[in-house]
Amino acid sequence: MTDTQLPLWEVFIQSKTGLPYKHVGSLHAADAEMALENARDVYTRRSEGSSIWVVPSECITASNPEDAEEFFEPSNAKIYRHPTFYVMPEGAKNI
Amino acid sequence: MTTQEALFKYTLRIGDNDLILGHRLAEWCSYGPTLEEDLALTNIALDLTGEAQALLQYAAEVEGKGRSADDLAYKRPERQFYNSIITELPKGDFGYSIVRQFLFDAYELPFFQMLTKSKDETLSAIAHKAVKEVKYHLRHSANWVIRLGDGTEESHNRVQKSLNDLWEYTGELFEMDEVDETVLKEGIGVDLTLVKAEWDETVNKVLAEATLTRPEDGWMQTGAKREGIHSEYLGYILTDMQYLPRAYPDAQW
Repeated sequence: MTDTQLPLWEVFIQSKTGLPYKHVGSLHAADAEMALENARDVYTRRSEGSSIWVVPSECITASNPEDAEEFFEPSNAKIYRHPTFYVMPEGAKNI
Repeated sequence: MTTQEALFKYTLRIGDNDLILGHRLAEWCSYGPTLEEDLALTNIALDLTGEAQALLQYAAEVEGKGRSADDLAYKRPERQFYNSIITELPKGDFGYSIVRQFLFDAYELPFFQMLTKSKDETLSAIAHKAVKEVKYHLRHSANWVIRLGDGTEESHNRVQKSLNDLWEYTGELFEMDEVDETVLKEGIGVDLTLVKAEWDETVNKVLAEATLTRPEDGWMQTGAKREGIHSEYLGYILTDMQYLPRAYPDAQW
């Protein structure tokens, strides 16, 4: 079966200036400009954002689930990388 | 004609355009060619309905006979609606709806931009808010006209045909009568010849980019905006739209 859908884009929204862009989902669009408009219409209807990035999905290189063992498991054994061994300074609510 | 009478009809015309076109666009809800466009069209429909609400509310105030915006939307008969015919034509295929939307947006943006300078504070405030919305409508519809016109042979032919079919309904948008002259003289209304000049510029630019041919000006359909003489289609919209408030006049929701 041929895929008659328009190209796929990933959408990233920044909720406020200075905050990181977050991946919110994907959509189909003919080109970058229409992808931006569609992202505006689909993902910012309830004032979720102040800035949008759209990226062609095919430009994203993803890790392979089969590589999960060598990619991610080694760090599970390295709990000293979590800052859990510090004593909280008095008065600090968060580290 | 008193200024008050002219202002009432003038405000109704703007509000009725938005109400009826908003209704036509809302008919795309769940029928859009893609989910993205379904949302885009219904977003625009909601913008138009919101603008209509503000305008009809003001029209009711100007009239001063105790009617509400809802009364004007849901209890007027066909002959008392003053939208231009182009807004009430059936939605057709996606290309047709988009071309109609583009022709209308290209009119409504400069219209509202000029209306922001109105001496009437309420109309000016409504226009200020609407300009931001309509800018996006025009951007969206123009982008689609360009992509469909300069797309495949099928999409090109369909939007060219829609353009040819719709052309005879564009003249009415720029028609001026006693109502327009009266509010223009008072510094309340907009000179539609200036709107037409901007419309021509936008339409020519977008059609050229879309590789579409601008139809020749010929006979123009008219009568709805001036006297409420509509195409056969408005009655059906009103039947849909007014059914509930007429069947259950005191319904609350």
